[in-house]
Amino acid sequence: MNDFLLAPLLPELILAASGLTLLMVGAFSKGDPTRNVNFLAIAALLVAALAAATQSPDRTTLMSGMFVADAFSGFAKVVIFLATAAALVLSDDYNRREGFARFEYPVLTIFAALGMSMMVSANDLISLYLGLELQSLSLYVLASIRRDSPRATEAGLKYFVLGALSSGMLLYGASLIYGFSGATNFETIAGVMTDHSGGAPIGVVFGIVFVSAALAFKVSAAPFHMWTPDVYEGAPTPVTAFFAAAPKLAAMALLVRVLVEPLGSLVGDWRQIVVFVAILSMLIGSFAAIAQTSIKRLMAYSSIGHVGYALVGLAAGDETGVRGVLVYMAIYVVMNLGAFAVILSMKRDGKMVETIGDLAGLARTRPMLAGGLGIAMFSMAGIPPLAGFFGKLYVFLAAVSAGLYLLAVIGVLASVVGAFYYLRIVKIMYFDEPVPAFDAAEGNGPAAVLAVSSVFTLLFFLLPGPLVAAATTAAASLFGG
Amino acid sequence: MTDWPILSLVAFLPLAGALFILLLNGTEEAVARNARWAALWTSLVVFVLSLPIWFGFDRSSAEFQFVEHHVWIPGYGIAYHVGVDGISAPFVLLSTFLTPLCIAASWHVEKRVREYMIAFLVLETFMVGTFIALDLVLFYVFFEAVLIPMFLIIGVWGGARRVYSAFKFFLYTLLGSVLMLIAMLAMYWQTETTNIVELFDYDFPRQMQMWLWLAFFASFAVKVPMWPVHTWLPDAHVEAPTAGSVILAGVLLKMGGYGMIRFSLPMFPEASDYFTPLVFALSIVAVIYTSLVALVQEDMKKLIAYSSVAHMGFVTLGLFAGNRQGVEGAMFQMIAHGVVSGALFLCVGVVYDRLHTREIKRYGGLVHRMPVYAAVFMVFTMGAVGLPGTAGFVGEILVLTGTYQASTWAAALAATGVILGAAYMLYLYRRVIFGKLVRDDLKDMLDLDWREKLIFAPLIVATLWLGIQPKPVLDMMGTTIQSVVDRYEATRGTHNHADAKAPTQAQVPVNTAPAEIAR
Repeated sequence: MNDFLLAPLLPELILAASGLTLLMVGAFSKGDPTRNVNFLAIAALLVAALAAATQSPDRTTLMSGMFVADAFSGFAKVVIFLATAAALVLSDDYNRREGFARFEYPVLTIFAALGMSMMVSANDLISLYLGLELQSLSLYVLASIRRDSPRATEAGLKYFVLGALSSGMLLYGASLIYGFSGATNFETIAGVMTDHSGGAPIGVVFGIVFVSAALAFKVSAAPFHMWTPDVYEGAPTPVTAFFAAAPKLAAMALLVRVLVEPLGSLVGDWRQIVVFVAILSMLIGSFAAIAQTSIKRLMAYSSIGHVGYALVGLAAGDETGVRGVLVYMAIYVVMNLGAFAVILSMKRDGKMVETIGDLAGLARTRPMLAGGLGIAMFSMAGIPPLAGFFGKLYVFLAAVSAGLYLLAVIGVLASVVGAFYYLRIVKIMYFDEPVPAFDAAEGNGPAAVLAVSSVFTLLFFLLPGPLVAAATTAAASLFGG
Repeated sequence: MTDWPILSLVAFLPLAGALFILLLNGTEEAVARNARWAALWTSLVVFVLSLPIWFGFDRSSAEFQFVEHHVWIPGYGIAYHVGVDGISAPFVLLSTFLTPLCIAASWHVEKRVREYMIAFLVLETFMVGTFIALDLVLFYVFFEAVLIPMFLIIGVWGGARRVYSAFKFFLYTLLGSVLMLIAMLAMYWQTETTNIVELFDYDFPRQMQMWLWLAFFASFAVKVPMWPVHTWLPDAHVEAPTAGSVILAGVLLKMGGYGMIRFSLPMFPEASDYFTPLVFALSIVAVIYTSLVALVQEDMKKLIAYSSVAHMGFVTLGLFAGNRQGVEGAMFQMIAHGVVSGALFLCVGVVYDRLHTREIKRYGGLVHRMPVYAAVFMVFTMGAVGLPGTAGFVGEILVLTGTYQASTWAAALAATGVILGAAYMLYLYRRVIFGKLVRDDLKDMLDLDWREKLIFAPLIVATLWLGIQPKPVLDMMGTTIQSVVDRYEATRGTHNHADAKAPTQAQVPVNTAPAEIAR
């Protein structure tokens, strides 16, 4: 296997091949192929995750330096593939129930995963853009896959228009960086930038601003977060669950790589951007969520806040910081999938409900669901001993080590505000009088995802070692080369 | 005996009990019954298991004992590191002592019994964990984790305004703690260790000490609670179920005082010295102002809650007096207050169970119908007043002695608090117990049943034993406190020579004096 020239590309090859095959299977099979295609897509993602996990952690570049496989990309890919698979598990029953189960759904998801995989392995401004667009285009379609729902189409359109704008900004920024460094390859750019470590040329600074803004849009960091609540609310819930997990991590990983690898020597220039975006995201994520009544909008603001915390780690700009980002995002993805597993079970009298009030008294009508969501909420609020606390611990550890005390203090204070609305969910579930119970679950998908997520979140403290060690290796690979 | 991981057993056995209760099956009634018994037995076994800490504790050593150390988060040197010394051991015992009583006192909780019992057992794990943790991160994890079960206990089983109180409790405490977290991280980068034992020997730069001290103070002051951040306490107490109040007053408040003596004094001595006037001022305001506030309360629980703030004012006063009498008195006051105020909340719970009101006006003349109850209540009232011979006296007199050496004015003002304390407690007692029995519904009140008598018996014994024979407990903490105080004096003494001399003169009678006075 090691002699195989394209070995580092194996996860991508698996995904591309299975995506194309499944498209054919779907198009040419008689009867409804959705269930089978969905199943095969999940299998393909798991195989790809396995391939990514077993890859050599050594840094390898391919395709004339356009593509890089290292421990960092490996870590991100494993989480992305698993999160995508979990999102597919969540979607199956729901889509069928709501009457928009099409085989394109898993196929598009696979292509999105392929795009994300290329993003985290991009080693060139061009391949970065290609990966990002492959992912984005798949997501645009997924957001509006429920064609006959005005809300979903609106969400898709909104996402597309704003996403295209951000792609434009990205290209503009990339061209500026190219213009002032004469290269698109990350390593070459890094070489050129080291000479400027005293202070970057103004053109590069502009380039950094545009690229960061575009990627901030993709991770839905404030002030580029406006689309998030609308899209999260409008898109079908399984799509939202997917959006909030894997693509977020992929875009974050991309942002980390772009800022740390080619622009690493200019940390003094981009740190202020990251700090600003982080503070704004944490504050907006905390304060704006308080007034929400739709659980999906609330989760949107919550995700904005979480991105802010992850960026706190990036602001440190060193190995500890990147490790913090990775640990944080991985834990965030797991918690988030758990929370959405509950949201997907919110069905009453055959209709989906999605206001927070519908959760009232859930602890008595469906104690397991309430317990799962409760764990996710306490964890997102960052209360130990749940996993979310350790995520925060690692990013703040990085921020303090970089001397960013103000950022850290604002961050923890925002987390107290954030705790309020997470607790509000717990309060509604546990303290309030019950409203009529939700319908019994029809499939096992959400229950399975919820169980895995809850167990992980609850017991992470017992064995934090493996995840942290993997993140450590991953972070080191960005700084080692 | 030391081969057994006693501390881990004590800390985590309640979790096993909670898991067992979680897996109970059957009708709702059967589950409730089994959950009660399982919780009671678990907590009793835990208490018995914790006894070796009392009997096997080497009182001549200031070192940590029963230590366990396992790598927890590799790469950062963060470890599962637990142990007890003379400061933490009494608190561990206090926690394991109060929990079974709380569970027994909650026998008549009918609402969601399974969850209730689980919450209490989980809470016990976190409480014990907080006191035995010897690693900054581990301590923080337990310290904050306490909020989750307590939030649920107040919010689910509390009174009318339970939601407001639960949120207030949670957010106030969280706000303080997160600042402490940042300080802990800063300490980690400064020293590259989270080991509390190693941190004792590290001299932080003066400027840094100030910031760290303030951050820790933000957390502990809320927890203690000190005036003016005490306002969550009356709310939480009033709305919490009886057993919740007992744990809150008995153990949770002690975490603040424990934190100060574990972190603030030994790790940031210069800052502690610098901020002593601030702490004194806040403590004295707490003692006098909240005593006055307690005097006018209409709600029994609220009155006792305010009295807690006042009593904890003595604790902070004693701690920052920084000499052996002061610190020892503060420690003793915390233990005594844990027993006495816990018992007082149980007393309120007894009449609340019967009449479902805590309004003082609704009672009166209970002595005619409930003589045993009146006697029990009297013992704890005297304990709270600080009558010689009860637990409350020893702590107060030691604190006042210690404070007198540090600041005459502070001692004089604090002493007025003792008088006010007698005033509001006796006033409460008179209004509830004495007088004429006029209300009809009071005439049907039954005296304590055997379950309640069983709950109060150990508390009465503890109150009197601590008051008459405080030496065993004082001995337990003495060596450790001496070493803390020595270290504190050593650093402080370089700045203020006069202060450093004072304690040695008055050192001699400390250990025996209170016992003799008490007799």
